[in-house]
Amino acid sequence: MIEVNDIHKSFGDTHILKGVTTSFSKGKTNLIIGQSGSGKTVFLKCLLGLFTPEQGSISYDGKIYSEMTDEEKRNLRQEIGMVFQGSALFDSMTVEGNVKFPLEMFTKQSQSEMQDRADFVLKRVNLVDAHHKYPSEISGGMQKRVAIARAIVMNPKYLFCDEPNSGLDPKTAIVIDNLIQEITEEYDITTVINTHDMNSVMEIGKKILFLKDGLKAWEGTNKEIFKTENETVTDFVYSSDLFKKVRQMYIEERN
Amino acid sequence: MLFLLGYTYFHHMNYLTSIGRYAIMIKDVFKKPTKWRIMKSLILKEVDELIFGSLGILIFIAFFMGAVVAIQTALNITSELIPKNLVGFATRQSIILEFAPTFCSIIMAGKVGSYITSSIGTMRVTEQIDALEVMGVNALNYLVFPKIIALCLYPFIISIAMYVGIFGGWMAAVFGGFSTSADFIEGVQLDFIPFHVTYAFLKTLVFAFVLATVPSYHGFYMTGGALEVGKASTTSFVWTSVVIIVANYILTQLLLG
Ligand SMILES: Nc1ncnc2c1ncn2[C@@H]1O[C@H](COP(=O)(O)OP(=O)(O)OP(=O)(O)O)[C@@H](O)[C@H]1O
Ligand SMILES: [Mg+2]
Repeated sequence: MIEVNDIHKSFGDTHILKGVTTSFSKGKTNLIIGQSGSGKTVFLKCLLGLFTPEQGSISYDGKIYSEMTDEEKRNLRQEIGMVFQGSALFDSMTVEGNVKFPLEMFTKQSQSEMQDRADFVLKRVNLVDAHHKYPSEISGGMQKRVAIARAIVMNPKYLFCDEPNSGLDPKTAIVIDNLIQEITEEYDITTVINTHDMNSVMEIGKKILFLKDGLKAWEGTNKEIFKTENETVTDFVYSSDLFKKVRQMYIEERN
Repeated sequence: MLFLLGYTYFHHMNYLTSIGRYAIMIKDVFKKPTKWRIMKSLILKEVDELIFGSLGILIFIAFFMGAVVAIQTALNITSELIPKNLVGFATRQSIILEFAPTFCSIIMAGKVGSYITSSIGTMRVTEQIDALEVMGVNALNYLVFPKIIALCLYPFIISIAMYVGIFGGWMAAVFGGFSTSADFIEGVQLDFIPFHVTYAFLKTLVFAFVLATVPSYHGFYMTGGALEVGKASTTSFVWTSVVIIVANYILTQLLLG
């Protein structure tokens, strides 16, 4: 459970987050949507402690982040998995090296245990023949999947994904969505996902937070987002004609 | 001169904050060490890259530097009263005291310095450093500490540069007909003061620390994209050279003055 209370973040004179309050619960896939540039990445980085908000507080299972000691912060971070928007793979290491890295850093596992674990997570993200390639030698979508594998290799308690399926084909995107949802439920992870993918919103949006102009514009579930009459939400989510039609049909069907 | 340089960079940097941040960085480098098993392989990689990777260029430069010093000295001896062994003597002194430690370090500020800044800077802009931090790794220790340890071997390549430099001087003097081999060798052995070598190695160690940390600082705290990585490398070269030159002056005053 992560609770966010009234956080503000600016860069110089530009106020990006203007007081966002929300909470993300365990075992659920929490989605953050919003226009490009609306501050989703900034919000996620505030949660992670990579940016320090000027105001407001963030607490992890009841403990306020800014009040933790360095030791506590470090321990917390070992329980966090993060998929960056640009993957952020270590380009001096192979795919396998990237995935094994957190294990080598923080566990006492033997080489064969690490190998098994790495093989297992790479298989879960549908990557079986890229173990010895370097990040520069694989496609963007493959890099994303390696980043996801690296984020889940330690069985995190908190999982953050910044657009995990951007740059993936629809089929792989669904595989990734399902994977994230599966492990979230299986291991009771608090998962927060930034996304543009309306398919993900409909499929795995157990909770959806809509950011607009640095504020929370709407909050609800994927069921509610179908029914909502809130125009800022419908304008954004159903911006394409296809989606508008789908929604229309859905509403008619229900009536 | 310093003032001018300072003035040029005043627009880009706020000195006091930079110095403060540099000091904090150094402190953080030694905090929360990375597992030794991993650190060991990082150090070996850096030794290969920073030390062995620089050996060739430093030997090449030292050889020709020694040769030029010998020729210049020989050409300036016009009086019959000046002993013939001066060529060897002057070559040895200038190579050991200045050319090998200081000149080579300026070259290294370009070679090793820009490599360090651009590799760390690239990791910064592609969020690899954030990824390390998010995992709970002390990124400064992970990235900078192995470079500091690897560069502790820097005096070793500088001592090779010293030998090669003097050898270059001997070659140029003997084969250019400026001195006989016997005279040159006599000069090289003349009035040898062991403390000069100590002084040279102390300097070299300080320069090694500067070479490892100043470029790291510029890479680690940079912001922006690929273009800024290039700019950061240039700024890093300038500052590393400035710090080396100033440190050279201070150390010379302290140790020899
Ligand atoms: N380090 C930074 N320094 C200054 N401004 C920043 C920084 N990071 C983000 N911003 C600004 O904050 C705003 C929000 O950026 P952010 O990356 O959070 O958007 P986003 O919602 O993630 O967009 P996208 O969907 O395109 O990834 C942008 O206007 C951006 O210019
Ligand atoms: Mg973003």
